[in-house]
Amino acid sequence: MKTFSLALAGLFLAATAPWATAQKLNACGATFPDPIYKTWFGEFGKAHAGMQINYEANGSGGGVKGVTDGTVDFGASDMPMTDQELAAVKSGKILHFPTVMGAVVPIYNLAGVTQDLKFSGPVLADIFLGSIAKWSDKRIAAENPGVKFPNEDIVVIHRTDGSGTTFVWTDFLSKVSPDWKSKVGAAKSVSWPKGLGGAQSAGVTGLVKQTPNSIGYVELLYALQNKIGYGSVKNSAGTFVKADVASVTEAAAGAAKNMPDDFRVSITNAAGKNAYPISTFTWLLIPSKFSDPAKAKQVKELLHWVLADGQKECAALSYAPLPKAVVTKEEKQIDAIQ
Amino acid sequence: MATATAAVKAVKAPSPTGDIVARWVVLVFAASLLAIAVLLVYELFIGSAPAREKLGLWGFLFSSKWNPVTEDFGALPFVYGTVVTSVVALLISVPFGLGAAIFLSELAPAGVSNALTFVIELLAAIPSVIYGLLAIFTLVPLMRLYIEPFLKHTLGFLPLFQGPAYGVGFLTAGLVLAIMTVPFIISVSRESLLAVPRDQREAALALGATKWETTWQIVVPYAKLGILGSVFLGLARALGETMAVTMVIGNDPSVHASLLAPGYSIAAVIANEFSEASGKLHPAALVELGLVLFGLTMAINGFARLMIAATTSKGSRRP
Repeated sequence: MKTFSLALAGLFLAATAPWATAQKLNACGATFPDPIYKTWFGEFGKAHAGMQINYEANGSGGGVKGVTDGTVDFGASDMPMTDQELAAVKSGKILHFPTVMGAVVPIYNLAGVTQDLKFSGPVLADIFLGSIAKWSDKRIAAENPGVKFPNEDIVVIHRTDGSGTTFVWTDFLSKVSPDWKSKVGAAKSVSWPKGLGGAQSAGVTGLVKQTPNSIGYVELLYALQNKIGYGSVKNSAGTFVKADVASVTEAAAGAAKNMPDDFRVSITNAAGKNAYPISTFTWLLIPSKFSDPAKAKQVKELLHWVLADGQKECAALSYAPLPKAVVTKEEKQIDAIQ
Repeated sequence: MATATAAVKAVKAPSPTGDIVARWVVLVFAASLLAIAVLLVYELFIGSAPAREKLGLWGFLFSSKWNPVTEDFGALPFVYGTVVTSVVALLISVPFGLGAAIFLSELAPAGVSNALTFVIELLAAIPSVIYGLLAIFTLVPLMRLYIEPFLKHTLGFLPLFQGPAYGVGFLTAGLVLAIMTVPFIISVSRESLLAVPRDQREAALALGATKWETTWQIVVPYAKLGILGSVFLGLARALGETMAVTMVIGNDPSVHASLLAPGYSIAAVIANEFSEASGKLHPAALVELGLVLFGLTMAINGFARLMIAATTSKGSRRP
């Protein structure tokens, strides 16, 4: 018994010992980059002995709230902080660091339709507004010659929880449809004119799979993992583009040239012949001043690692890596952290 | 031997210390429960302050707008969805639960009764997310393909059963809640039916009542309090249920007369939107919804107490 409890105590000590010396960073925020952040932070911890980063994927809103209240060392969000949100941060400036890019795709469930469907932005907006109510509508048919559509009502399915995915989707629809902009707008949760709501990507995917004649939207990664058909979307150059790493990267190319100094930029409906129009950056929200210099040093090291080694791992998880120009610009911003 | 003498000693010299300690300990336990309830209301009240100031209580309760972009928030669709799904659930689960409880306590052999009760109590312990998943994969297609078209075909003249059959909506959510509340109703009702004294049954039978007359006219009224208690326990679960409801209700914040239409409930919208709610007003409005749910539960429980008081004073009072 005695040896057992001794062994137990030994185990306990062994388990807690690294924690005693480890520099720990706490972060929280967006769920969309969660898979790659978990991979990154795990590998960074392995490569840099004694450094640990806890990432809690509690949503983009949670990330913004976390850095605003100072409850975490840094946050993450799929939507840049607004001027109003930045003004509410009392402790100092918050810097935006784009980390990877992703895409949101329209998914659908149409019996008998095997071809990949094509959608233009205004048609998608009118489907989600309800002014295109049936699959047999002329405007859908005009974009998909040769496809035989059923004469059925369209069932619209959307995210019901606030999410960066919804922001990117509604941001795109607002840019291409004045009607959408005035009636609904762009935000993490909006007042949907019609449709059923699914909780999180899993809920939307499940509802679309289950409901005949439905249409919804999810992150590309989610459509790929669940093997659901997704449509191509017409970009600002007039070509129908399917989302993949290359088309998302091209969407960022224009933004890379004219990147604002604070990196708060939307790349929906971007220029570029093969640019996928519903693409987005996702950002780390880093305070410019840390009270603990050791933490500042570690965050800087992490950012350097993410921009170099981390980028190589994007493709395996279907995220698009950052364009070179953006990486160079970000490297300069790292120096601003104190 | 030693304990016996100790007991004798205790009788000889009763020490009040133990009593006093015990009294204070249980008092602290009881008071802490009350304190938690008070603290809960206080936190909800403070947290909802921005929303209460901006929207007002009545404006909030009776507005059916829910638009985070323009920051218009109203509780009506959520209160409506919560109440409708709970009522549908009880309409289904009370007859089923009571019938099953009567069978288990009055008709089934003891062995069967105990075995079945064990299974029913297992059902009560299943996490709600499991019920939700089962509902999504089995109940929703069943509703969409068979039950809802059938209802529309036969009862479609009623506004309750009109509109497209999505498979998700008030009716499906109510049905899932019914499945979840039935085990509570059966379990507690059976206990109170079993607690009816044997001489009550014997007296009725001796007076020439049939077995069913005895059960329905003597045993069930005698156990009425316990049965009502089970119903309100079920109702409490239905009102606050979150996961299973949000998975099948359709999450559409609007008021529809049709049970086939999608809706939303208070618990579901809090779970869905709270983590991503930004700004001041949106989280505060969600907290205020929590306050409304608390009030709703209090009101329903108060109503239940009044009902029990009213019926027991008229009917047979329990000894």
